[in-house]
Order: sequence, then structure tokens, then C-alpha cells
Amino acid sequence: MAYLTDRKRVQGLGSAKTGTEHHWTMTVTSVALLLLTPFFLFIVGGLLGQPHDAVAASLSRPIPALVVAAFLVVGLHHMRLGMQVLVEDYTRGLGRKIGLIATTILCYALAAGAVVALAQIAL
Amino acid sequence: MVELALPKNSRIRTGKTWPKPEGAVNLRKFQIYRWNPDDGENPRVDTYWVDMDTCGPMVLDALIKIKNEIDPTLTFRRSCREGICGSCAMNIDGINTLACIYGMDEIKGDVKIYPLPHMPVVKDLIPDLTHFYAQHASIMPWLETKTQRPEKEWRQSIEDRDKLDGLYECVMCACCSTSCPSYWWNGDRYLGPAALLHAYRWIIDSRDEATGERLDELEDPFKLYRCHTIMNCTKTCPKGLNPAKAIASIKKMMVERQL
Repeated sequence: MAYLTDRKRVQGLGSAKTGTEHHWTMTVTSVALLLLTPFFLFIVGGLLGQPHDAVAASLSRPIPALVVAAFLVVGLHHMRLGMQVLVEDYTRGLGRKIGLIATTILCYALAAGAVVALAQIAL
Repeated sequence: MVELALPKNSRIRTGKTWPKPEGAVNLRKFQIYRWNPDDGENPRVDTYWVDMDTCGPMVLDALIKIKNEIDPTLTFRRSCREGICGSCAMNIDGINTLACIYGMDEIKGDVKIYPLPHMPVVKDLIPDLTHFYAQHASIMPWLETKTQRPEKEWRQSIEDRDKLDGLYECVMCACCSTSCPSYWWNGDRYLGPAALLHAYRWIIDSRDEATGERLDELEDPFKLYRCHTIMNCTKTCPKGLNPAKAIASIKKMMVERQL
């Protein structure tokens, strides 16, 4: 490494020709969450402290179920993209690869679990 | 790579307190980072007292006075002393700026001067900008054309020339890049605000014919997309430029060519 020129160090492996899709997906999911979050809070906030039957009845209606499911899936996808940036910012080498795999599994597991839980309440 | 603490041999110690100038009434205290690669010692902060009645108004005036009258070993870069060359960029009172255009009346209390953050130090207030300059060179900071050269000049409308305002004025002082946490942690791969501002300057130049190639080169999770719009670059720029906006404009163009 000591004898690499500075230009060679900067060039590295060249451009990965990627990143725009990640950036655009973050933007799109941000806009989606901006719209979904108030509805999610309105629906779920109103159910806090309610008996199980009332919660099940509310979430078995199509629109509230759709909003809650969309919020959870979009939110956790957004979280995965955000955590990817976090891992890339603060880790290197093998740690980065392990971090990316772990955060991806965590976010998609949470999304799958949330959808299954919603289905169990609603159905 | 994230480093939340300085390595053992870079930890700053209390340095020498230089004697106050005799007979001076209006004194100001300066605390200045010192490091000499030849003595094997850790960096230290020396204390100097400057007679403000016989000193110019800018921080650079005081540094030159210290070098001339108190401690000739104090090392720093300076040239134009009017904010054009970008040589005297340093961290003054916690802000990356140019010593030659930063007035001491803007500072409350002691004047604390350090080299630009998170860069290797050559000596005292001089950072090693080799990598920073290589990053600038990598964005091809020149006009790229494919059409046969015209007999006279490449023509540009007044409106298109106006688009370069706020970009061409950059003096490459490195204040912006060295204020950016993203550049601190991933400066080996992230090009940083200064290089990206220059890249945008050539991307939007109506005469340049390599726009696509320039965008191709920048489309990378690290070269461009490490910018998280922290905005330290824009806040600190001593020339009042807006590198964050230039980077956002490049990202916008990246999206536009895909949708």
C-alpha cells in the first residue's frame, strides 16, 4: 500500500455505478411514510387501551388493516435502507458485511412478524 | 473509519506558555496547536500573548506577529492574505475558516487555533492535503469536449454562464471537506463537498460534453452518496458557497436520468 500513488488511492476500484436506486427508494418511502404515519397513529392510537374484541374488529376492516400493513412494511423497508447507510458509515471489512446481513435479516424478520401478527389479530 | 478518540501519540498535551510582551497593555491570549514530526513528542497547545495595540485585525495578522516577534518556529501556510488562495485554512475558535479573513473581533475569549480537523498533520497548523487534491483531480476539473474545437472560443450564453456563479469561486481551502463527519469517517472513498462542488461546476457547464461520463464516475455509494446533507460544509465555507446544494443537484440529476 505504501507505494500507491495518491491518484491510484482515490480511484480505488472505480465507480460502482449504483446508489441512485437506494437514494430514490429512500425518498419514495419517506414520502409514503409522511402520508401513512398520521393515519397509522390515528388508527392505532385510537385502539390503545381498548379490549381485544374492539381491536380485532377495527383491524379486520380492510382500510385500517391496509394502512397498518402498509405502514409496517414500508417503514421496515425504509429502516433497512437507513440501517444499511449506518452500517456502511461506521464499519469496515468483514464487520460491514456481517452488519449488512444482520440488519437485513432483522428488518425483514420484523416486517414478516408484523404482518403475521396483524393477520392473526384481524382474521 | 470512525475514531472517537485520538491515538495515544496524537493526544494533545499542555505546552509552553510564552512570556507576555513587555509594556503591552491590551493583551490577547492565543492557544495554538503545535506538533513537530522531528522531535517524537505528542502534540501540545502553546499559549502566546499578543499586544493587540500593535497587531492587525485578522487572525492571520496575529499569527504572523507571533512568528515574527515571539516564536519563529510556529509553522503555518499563508500567501495572499485576502481570501483568494485558500492557504491559511485552519480551525479557529471551533470553526474551519481562513485566518486571513477571520476577524479577531468575532471571537469571544481566548483565540484557539488548531489545524483542519481529521487530516494528517505535516507540522503545527499545516495539514496534509495530498489526498484532498488527488480527489479534486479525479473529477476532471477541466472542460471536456468531443466536438472539433471552434475557430474562436467555445460560446456560452449569459444565462448559462450565470449557472456557474456560486461554484467557480471555490478556492479549494478544504474547510468544507474537513468539517464533514462523513468525510472524517470515509474520506478515503467519499469525495467530499469540495471535490463534488467542483464536479457539479463542470457537469452544468453548457460547453462541457462529458456530462454523462462525469455522472457515471460519481454514481457510487461512497464517492457521492456518503453525503447525508449534514450541511456543515455550507455553514463553514469562508467564501459563502453552498456545496450541499451542489451535491443535492448532482443527486437530482442522477435520479432524472433514470426516471
